[in-house]
Amino acid sequence: MKLGIVVFPGSNCERDVHHVLNDVIGISAQYVWHMEKSIDDYDALILPGGFSYGDRLRAGVIAAQSPIVEAIKKKAEEGLPILGICNGFQILVEAGLLPGALIKNVKLKFSCKWLEMEVLNVNTPFTNLFRVNDKISIPIAHGEGRYVIGDDKLHDLYENNQVVFKYKDQNPNGSTEMIAAICNEKGNVMGLMPHPERASEPILSPDQKKSNAELIFLSLKNFLSSYQKN
Amino acid sequence: MLTRKEETYLQKKLGRRPNLLEIDMIDAEWSEHCSYKSSKKYIRSLPSHGKRVVVGPGYDAGVLEIGDDDVITVHIESHNHPSAVEPYGGAATGVGGVIRDIISMGTRPIALLDALRFSSLNDENKTSKSKWLFKNVVKGIADYGNCIGVPTVAGEVEFDDSFKDYCLVDVAAIGLGKRAQIISNHANEGDQIVLAGNPTGKDGIRGASFASKLLDDKEDRSAVQIPDPFLEKLLIEATIEASKSNCINAIKDLGGGGLSCCLSEMSHLVEKGFEVDLAAVHTKVADMSPNEIMISESQERMVYIINRKKLSRFKEIFNKYGITYSIIGKVHGQDNLNIHFQGKSIANISCDLMVNAPLCYRKSKKPGYLNRTKKGIEMYKVKDYNSILLDLLSNPNIGNKDWVFQQYDHEVGLRTVIKPGANASVIRVNDNKFVSIKLDGNCKHCYLDPYFGTLGCLSEASRNVVCTGAEPIGIIDHLQFGSPENPQIYWTFRKSVEAIIDFCNYMKVPVVGGKVSFYNETMSSPIKPSPVIGTIGLIKDSSHITKCVPTFGDTLFILGKTYEELGGTEYTDSIGYSEYGNVPKVDLEIDRKNNSAVLALIQHGLIDFAHDCSKGGIGAALAELAISGNVGIDIDLEKIPNNCSRPDYLLFSESHSRFIIGSKQRNRVKEILRSKRCIFSEIGEVETTKILNLHHSRKEIINLPVNDLACNYNTINHIMDGT
Repeated sequence: MKLGIVVFPGSNCERDVHHVLNDVIGISAQYVWHMEKSIDDYDALILPGGFSYGDRLRAGVIAAQSPIVEAIKKKAEEGLPILGICNGFQILVEAGLLPGALIKNVKLKFSCKWLEMEVLNVNTPFTNLFRVNDKISIPIAHGEGRYVIGDDKLHDLYENNQVVFKYKDQNPNGSTEMIAAICNEKGNVMGLMPHPERASEPILSPDQKKSNAELIFLSLKNFLSSYQKN
Repeated sequence: MLTRKEETYLQKKLGRRPNLLEIDMIDAEWSEHCSYKSSKKYIRSLPSHGKRVVVGPGYDAGVLEIGDDDVITVHIESHNHPSAVEPYGGAATGVGGVIRDIISMGTRPIALLDALRFSSLNDENKTSKSKWLFKNVVKGIADYGNCIGVPTVAGEVEFDDSFKDYCLVDVAAIGLGKRAQIISNHANEGDQIVLAGNPTGKDGIRGASFASKLLDDKEDRSAVQIPDPFLEKLLIEATIEASKSNCINAIKDLGGGGLSCCLSEMSHLVEKGFEVDLAAVHTKVADMSPNEIMISESQERMVYIINRKKLSRFKEIFNKYGITYSIIGKVHGQDNLNIHFQGKSIANISCDLMVNAPLCYRKSKKPGYLNRTKKGIEMYKVKDYNSILLDLLSNPNIGNKDWVFQQYDHEVGLRTVIKPGANASVIRVNDNKFVSIKLDGNCKHCYLDPYFGTLGCLSEASRNVVCTGAEPIGIIDHLQFGSPENPQIYWTFRKSVEAIIDFCNYMKVPVVGGKVSFYNETMSSPIKPSPVIGTIGLIKDSSHITKCVPTFGDTLFILGKTYEELGGTEYTDSIGYSEYGNVPKVDLEIDRKNNSAVLALIQHGLIDFAHDCSKGGIGAALAELAISGNVGIDIDLEKIPNNCSRPDYLLFSESHSRFIIGSKQRNRVKEILRSKRCIFSEIGEVETTKILNLHHSRKEIINLPVNDLACNYNTINHIMDGT
């Protein structure tokens, strides 16, 4: 089992994701520079957070033109699990792999804080260890995380069970329907704004209790190991 | 501009008249900002040695050894003048500069901290710039730090009207690396000199000289630099990669004085001469004169000295990140900085002469205002203690700073164990080693008594670090004053330095980094003396990390005695007496004893939390505890060891060396505190009622629901966002 962490110029959470996957979750993961065109060696890909190309123009839009993105699109079609976190989510949206758009937070300010989200869809490679309505304590850290989508497309999202996580109790950025994460129709590509890698070790939680956010990575591990067995 | 005396000195040393380029270069390097010519004499005596000190102050960043060959690097800078003119760019480039000092040592930046000062946010005057400065300084720091992926883990904000239409923006950074990776900064004949990063442009021309004079109403925007955090991020990664590949013999970042100061200081550091061709420098625009190229302060630039054989590897790495660079010269000879342009030598100066500006011997005189401020205060009788406490909590100097911290990505890097807003922040080095850090300042105390005010900042910063379970291992200082040419201001500077020397010698904690910033004056007056102190602490066991959250069942103790020390307190300020009275003094022996007692209690696992009593006194400290734990607290104020003549003095005195401690093992706590001969007492309990209840002489003087406290405590949010 081998995961690729796709690194763009300006990514800044790749080392965090690398640490959590290798040292906490126990999946072997390595960096893949954005100029790579061949990504056949990986069983899943993660696009980490950060400020690829300094968020110039619009978050994620330049990274979406990287050579590696064509290869990622092909792999997405083949069903490879692909997870975009924060800036990774923005890149997946800009690449057209996920519907909707991520725009500036409604208060026009960057926001970094812990909050709760709840689980809606447990049928993805990233959520198979959750139960519907589970609560997750997790931090956000973004300035352009307000998820927006047209009404008809929103209807489709619900229809296809593509809303994976929603914020609970408070809407931190003005997202439509408090949406925190969505997946594509097949469910193999997911983008989420909060940072599960920051909530995967008890010592980093504000109350130093174990958060179940690590189940996102454990679900992926579970998915990949059962997939490999079959 | 050079003084006549300096010009004469220069000409004598050179043995000829300097040309215009040489004068520009010397003007930048001999500016107060770069040369420390007014302060060097005194800051030389700061204690900077210790068993953990690998590199003391003077280089780009101080280096402290923290066991197992791990080292942390630490540095503090300010960007006051640029931020007062263009707060967003000024603050952002301040972050950029201090980060480059950390990467110059070969270490990865892992945390940022900031200390900010503005005039009052409550100023009804529509022309007040305070909110605009505050909002944009915070956004500048946030946008830069967030983008480069270095968490801003702690900060401190103070509001005082001596900063009217001005601001102080101090940024500190911490780096982490291995001792063997520290760049040795050496050079050999024939090594290549590479300038990498931003093309050199016309931005920030004469920035160092700009920062070394008083601001006038012609705000000089061309002296402010333009930030590019994305490029900085690439420079961090490329520099670390090149350093790991052993490509780099020496590094230096370009800050104040641009290429001119960088090359002369570097040449002096490696004890070699440099031959540099300015035509090779990549520039933003074609029509730049050699003078402009030499003193431009365009940001995100670094100079590297590379062995010829390593050059191809170096290029490979910088090409991968898409960073522009140019080979601008080579190492040659022993001392001289020889600058060429279009085939001609256009400047040739000894770097030794450049970096050793003639020192200025400034006059010093005790300020006259200090006679006036000693006068006693006639205080009215208090009728409603509840409203005084609520008002104090809604004072932005005391109230919570979430509005600031939430704009900073304080989590990136997976190290932030204790988040900003508590006593001190704690960052993870590895699972058995943690660094605690806090910046503190108090201009009101320092104005009334620069010696004890500064001693108080040192005491407070260290106490905050101790509260988290850490032993202080190093101090950084940032000394910010008005013009050193004013003897009364210079006197306050000297008192401040004396305090740091006395504290560090007594506590045996070294100063590992620092900076002096003079000429901080507004149109109407100089700022109050504003030293900012940072304490770095080390925690060697994760079980010692102590958060500041009281829980039901805690018995509350106070450690330390409360004196009638109301001078410069938030309480007297709130009723218009800020500039009178005796400021809190620090008894170093008691300070050390109390810190070591608290550390012993933490290491024995006996206490749930320790909280510092500082701005707003015991009253604010107890309210903060109730808010942080969302619990009720019941206290008998008469049990607090004190010499105060009135309950309000007892509640709001800002005496130092005091801790409020919560424990579920009260008897063992008492035993240890007695054995250490500490002054302490048991003062109350944490309760489930969610009410702060303080009584004195059998009378309830404060009775407030925690929700009301929390609402008032959230005042900065109300002011800035209207929510």
